[in-house]
Amino acid sequence: MYVLIAGGGKAGANVMRTLLRNGHEATLIEQDRERFERLEREFEHQAMLGDATEIYVLEKAGIRRPPDLVLALTGDDEDNMVICQLAKEKYGVGKVIARVNDPRNQAHFDLLGISPTVCATSSILGLVEHEVPEHELVHLLELRKENLEIVEVQIDKGSPVAGKKVESLPLPEGARLISVMRDGRSEIAVGSTELQPGDQVLAILQPGKEDELRRVLLKA
Amino acid sequence: MKVLIIGCGRVGSTVAKRLAAEGWEVTAVDEKEGALSRLGEDWTGGFVVGHGMDTDVLREAGVDDAEAVVVATDGDNTNIVIGQVAQKRFGIDCTVVRILDPARAEFYRQRGLRTVCPTSTAIDVLTDAVRSCEIRREPEATPA
Repeated sequence: MYVLIAGGGKAGANVMRTLLRNGHEATLIEQDRERFERLEREFEHQAMLGDATEIYVLEKAGIRRPPDLVLALTGDDEDNMVICQLAKEKYGVGKVIARVNDPRNQAHFDLLGISPTVCATSSILGLVEHEVPEHELVHLLELRKENLEIVEVQIDKGSPVAGKKVESLPLPEGARLISVMRDGRSEIAVGSTELQPGDQVLAILQPGKEDELRRVLLKA
Repeated sequence: MKVLIIGCGRVGSTVAKRLAAEGWEVTAVDEKEGALSRLGEDWTGGFVVGHGMDTDVLREAGVDDAEAVVVATDGDNTNIVIGQVAQKRFGIDCTVVRILDPARAEFYRQRGLRTVCPTSTAIDVLTDAVRSCEIRREPEATPA
């Protein structure tokens, strides 16, 4: 497999190292001279100095072949978006993976059809939500194309829905329960499913409906 | 008619002042508060401090009811992304984007973005300026 990597920071350099160790062909582009010189000592001719958003730099790195995979891992979201657009739309690269540095830019990546993306900050925030009990509603999955998300809610003793059937719940428009996990076993939530304290419920909903769902399931 | 100017440097601020003089309702956006001074003391248009990549900033500047957007920050890729956000997300057809690199300007022009490349313009103007010079050639010295 031939892989083109833009951005030689910790992510780029480590991916590069692993790909080469596994016998793949790869080129790493880095625009900072000092960092490039360090990379060149390790990767020799497979490291390249230049701005990976410049078309002639990409062409020198072999984007015309085209690579099987382009990784846009620079520390600049705008650069990563442009690299991915050039790779996919100008050179027909089949697969790109982009790093999102600032989670607020995720919507821009989505708008430009760049997927998949990886954002360390978002992952950390997701884990924090899991740990912090105040966040009664845990985001598990965002289905961006569908404009839906899947969340997890724990039904407490004081919950207004404890002991009630799913069909009797005043769920908001655009929100449905998927499953109920009790004593380590999960079941699909149907109308006759009765909720009990301690249940872990998965729900699917449109973004923005979290507060309404929280009011129905959690607040007395 | 309402226009947003993203990036209020030498270019952005002058475009802002010209359009304001022609009767446009202009709001300029720049990361630096100091950029406001480029618009002059008698500036009556809007000015928002913030990054054009931030859609909250664009909204505050009035992107939702703008008819035109000029994107002229000092970063090509920043301009490319902001321009596409204005065009695709906010549906502003008259989105004009400055891109200094001729190659990227051409690629995004083909993809339907209204790009302006000052570098290409400078190349054309400079080349034409040389061509139009009347150069008097010294008569070649004839061997004695």
